[in-house]
Amino acid sequence: MSALNLSFRMRKKKVNRSLGGNILMFLFLAVTGAFMALPLVYAINAAFKPLDEIFLFPPTLFVRNPTLDNFVDLTALLGNSWVPFSRYIFNTVFITGMGVVGHVLFASAAAYPLAKMNFPGKNILFTTVVLALMFAPQVTAIPNYMIMSWIGLIDTYWAVIIPAFAFPLGLYLMKQFMEQIPDALIEAAKIDGASEYRIFWQVVMPNVKPAWLTLMILLFQILWGTEGNGFIYSEELKTLHFATNQIIQGGIARAGVGAAVALILMSVPITLFVFSQSRIIETMATSGMKD
Amino acid sequence: MSEAIARRRKRKEPGVPQPGSRPDTWWSLKRKAFVVNKHAYVLMAPYMILFALFTVLPVVMSLLISFTYFNMLELPTFIGWQNYSRLFLEDDVFLIAVKNTLLFAAITGPLSYVACFVFAWIINDMRPKVRAFMTLVFYAPSISGNIFFIWQMIFSGDRYGIANGFLIRWGIMLEPIQWLKTEIYILGIIILVQLWLSLGTGFLAFIAGLQTVDKTLYEAGAVDGIRNRWQELWYITLPSMRPQLMFGAVIQLTTSFAVAEVSIQLAGFPSVNYAAETIVTHLMDFGTIRFEMGFASAIATVLFALMVGTNLIVQRLLRRVGQ
Repeated sequence: MSALNLSFRMRKKKVNRSLGGNILMFLFLAVTGAFMALPLVYAINAAFKPLDEIFLFPPTLFVRNPTLDNFVDLTALLGNSWVPFSRYIFNTVFITGMGVVGHVLFASAAAYPLAKMNFPGKNILFTTVVLALMFAPQVTAIPNYMIMSWIGLIDTYWAVIIPAFAFPLGLYLMKQFMEQIPDALIEAAKIDGASEYRIFWQVVMPNVKPAWLTLMILLFQILWGTEGNGFIYSEELKTLHFATNQIIQGGIARAGVGAAVALILMSVPITLFVFSQSRIIETMATSGMKD
Repeated sequence: MSEAIARRRKRKEPGVPQPGSRPDTWWSLKRKAFVVNKHAYVLMAPYMILFALFTVLPVVMSLLISFTYFNMLELPTFIGWQNYSRLFLEDDVFLIAVKNTLLFAAITGPLSYVACFVFAWIINDMRPKVRAFMTLVFYAPSISGNIFFIWQMIFSGDRYGIANGFLIRWGIMLEPIQWLKTEIYILGIIILVQLWLSLGTGFLAFIAGLQTVDKTLYEAGAVDGIRNRWQELWYITLPSMRPQLMFGAVIQLTTSFAVAEVSIQLAGFPSVNYAAETIVTHLMDFGTIRFEMGFASAIATVLFALMVGTNLIVQRLLRRVGQ
């Protein structure tokens, strides 16, 4: 992938760029960028506003007298909840952690044969996975509930974790990324007498680290925001998002605390993305669908 | 002697039944292929079993249940096409839901797709640091979880809501508007929020795709008489990115058909006069509240057909880009 970075630096002289066009593009980007960013800026500011400033007329975008009151109220509120709040955090962290690790392992193991081996049934399996990208998970919600209850996983963490292992987008991205590993590398390992499993673990896996990270982030985003998909109903098993949604839905009195909660929740995936952005883009470069 | 050799050679040819050994039946051939590729199947097994159990099987089950009456308590009874005829002929709300879903998909699908590409394209011209920052600005809303409740505060019905507050202050209107409770505004607001959330995986794929376009093509194009960035876009960039364009289309289309969470959070469930009802919320209504599983499965099957059908058509169209 160093070739990719290299080709960037090479493009110093830009052809076909007019000043007028650049100004037009900049204006367009500034306006749309403001539309994208303002709600988030407002949310961040709202978290630091005292209550009288949240309900001020005319409304303000930026905070005037920043305060940590909302966060203090939040900790007071959390201390009073029936299930200790740390339990909700543990639930979400457990579900996210198990789901992410399992998904990366399962999807990579399945992606390697699809990318690098030839066997009967390969095309139909991959086509099925691509087809699965084409519909939203809501389609299968009802039968999924029935299947979960047959297996006896209702009201456990596993009802959320296990289906996440077989999330189709992860396999798709991993397979496309693995295809660019040179065949010679795998051949060489074979000649040295390595078994397919060893090749997978010691040759292929170390070479697809950017893709791991992408799968981790994608799944992290899904599982971090999960409310249990309707499978979890014991209060002590419920997730962080479920608990915080109840705070947000507390209405006007909780507006400040709600903003504080939202700020804390969204800062986690955004921070992760900031640190992994370049790896993710690297993986997405191979995401294209071939004819 | 030579006759014996010839016979032995003949015996080794595949497909010819050999005396003393079992003939190659279809099954034994399959078994041999399986044994040879054992490793591939073993590696794939964990994922594929779960995938079959939680994705393939549910689609099949949903199709089968849609032809039955099923309430989760009694065994399902077969009723043929009744669920579908009821869905299309008697259920007025479903028709509203279909209309809304198609409207959302027709507007947010193409718009978000084009937006993903245009932003990625403009950002691509920038210096790497600026590019990383702008990527974050555009991508952040889609990863912020349920942050879109912030739009509830923006379109709040009292004068403390941002939209009302500013419009009153600037003298555009005198009374606050109940944005989320007025039928004519609900759809527009949901489309707006949906667009705000839509720069996700597809957007990243485009950014990445643009970086992989062969840079020498641009220089060659300039020599060959390409004069501005628009021609460059049309003749070089777009055709080089076709695989990413197809992947992005799948992602954007599928999300644009599945509008539900935003509708429920902003407009309520059910919304005023079903103004924000979508196929997915209709499905949730029958599946999780009324427990008419047969009927809900019929809705799910229609949604499935709609999503996959549209995606396949769009794939076919995109395959022709630049040909």
